[in-house]
Amino acid sequence: MNIDSIKNGYVIDHITAGQAMNIYHFLNLDAMDCPIAIIKNASSKRMGKKDIIKIDIETDINLDILGFIDKDLTINVIKNGERIKKYNPELPATVKNIIKCKNPRCITSTEQELDHIFKLTDKKNNVYRCLYCEAKAGK
Amino acid sequence: MRHLIDITDLSVEELDELLDLASDIAENPKKYQESCKHKKLASLFFEPSTRTRLSFEAAMFDLGGNVLTVSDANSSSASKGESVADTAKTVSCYADIIAMRHPKEGAPFVASKNASIPVINAGDGGHNHPTQTLTDLLTIKREKGRLDNLTVGFCGDLKFGRTVHSLIDALSRYTNIKFVLISPEELKLPSYVKKDVLAANNLEYVQTADLEEVIPQLDILYMTRVQRERFFNEEDYLRLKDSYILTPEKLKKAKEDLAILHPLPRVNEISVAIDEDPRACYFKQVLNGKFVRMALILTLLKEAGTL
Repeated sequence: MNIDSIKNGYVIDHITAGQAMNIYHFLNLDAMDCPIAIIKNASSKRMGKKDIIKIDIETDINLDILGFIDKDLTINVIKNGERIKKYNPELPATVKNIIKCKNPRCITSTEQELDHIFKLTDKKNNVYRCLYCEAKAGK
Repeated sequence: MRHLIDITDLSVEELDELLDLASDIAENPKKYQESCKHKKLASLFFEPSTRTRLSFEAAMFDLGGNVLTVSDANSSSASKGESVADTAKTVSCYADIIAMRHPKEGAPFVASKNASIPVINAGDGGHNHPTQTLTDLLTIKREKGRLDNLTVGFCGDLKFGRTVHSLIDALSRYTNIKFVLISPEELKLPSYVKKDVLAANNLEYVQTADLEEVIPQLDILYMTRVQRERFFNEEDYLRLKDSYILTPEKLKKAKEDLAILHPLPRVNEISVAIDEDPRACYFKQVLNGKFVRMALILTLLKEAGTL
C-alpha cells in the first residue's frame, strides 16, 4: 500500500490500533476540506500494530485534545515536506464537549445546553472527572 | 461571588473560622438574632427533605431574616422545563442567598455559575452534602474541643454513605486522626476513598467487622444505617443487620467521653435506650446543624457584601 508523503500538515503516528477513527471524530476531521489519510493496523516494531493519520493542511489545527485520547501517540509537524517538530501530546487540563458524562444522575443528563467539561484530576493515572458530578470519564 | 458547593471549597482556616462562629452563635444566640434582618433566603428544594430544609429555614429565621420556599419541584417552573441556570438567575432577583437541594448531581454548581447571590449546596443526589459535614465537624468540635488527635469509628454502611465519605475527607485535613472502619464485608469503604483520601494522605486506618472489639478505643462513633435495599440477598441482610445495632450492652466497653453521632434518620441501628446516655450526641447534632448553617449564611452574606 502506498500513501503519498505530505507537504504541509501533520502525521499522527503510534496511535493505538483501532483508535484512528475515534481521533478522526474527536478532531472533527470529517468537516475539513483537505486530503486526509487514515492507515489502520500498520505494522510497528514497538507496538505490533498501530494506526496513523496524515492530514495535508496549510493552516494550524488544535491537537491539544490528543493527549486526552492517547498520550502515547506521536505528533509530527510537517512544513515544506520536512518534519520540523515531533512530540508527544500533553494531557490537557480540561476537555470540553469531546465526551459526554455517562452518569445518569449528572445534571448534564437532563440539561442539554450545558457544556460537557472534564477536568484532569490525576495526571499520573490519566484520570479525568466531570466538572459537575465528578464521575470518572469513560473514553 | 463565594458559594459552598463542596466541603473542600473551604480551607482548614476557613473551616475553623466558620466552626468558631457557629460555636459563638450556639452560646450567644441573642447576639445574632437580627444579623440578617430584611434579608431573604431562597430555600429551593427540588426533592423531598424535611430535616435539611427546616434546618436552613430555622437558621435564617433565627438570624432575623425571611425565607422564600420552593419545597416541591412540581409547583415550580422546573416542572415546566426551566433550566437550573434560569432558575438561579431569576431567584437572584428576589433573594439574597440560595440553599438548593436537587436530585441531579452538579445542579447547585450550575446554579452557582449563574446566580448573582451566594449558593449553598443543600445536597445534590448522592454527590455532595457539605452542610451535613459541617454539622458533623461542629458536633465533634463542641463535644471534644478539638478536631485533631482523635480516634474516629465509622460504623454500618460505609460503601454508599456519602456523609461518611465527606466526613473522612474533611477530617483527613486535620492531624493525628485515626480511622476505624467498622462494616460488613459487603459494605466496606470503597477502595477509591481509601486510595484517594486515606492512603494519599498517609492516614492510619483499620478495618474490622466487629464493633465490640474496637469500641473501647474510640473517641467518636459515627453510626449509619445498614439499608436492606443495598443487599442482593435477604439472608445476608438478616445475618448482618443486628451486628450493627448499638445497644447499652455494647456501650459498656466504650470510653466515658465517647461521642455517638448519626446523620439521621435512625431506624433501629441505635437502640432508643441509648438516647438518655450522655454520650448520645445525635440530637445535639441536629441543633448544631442549625447553628452551622446560621454561621454559613452570615459568612457568605458578609463576603458578598450584602451585610
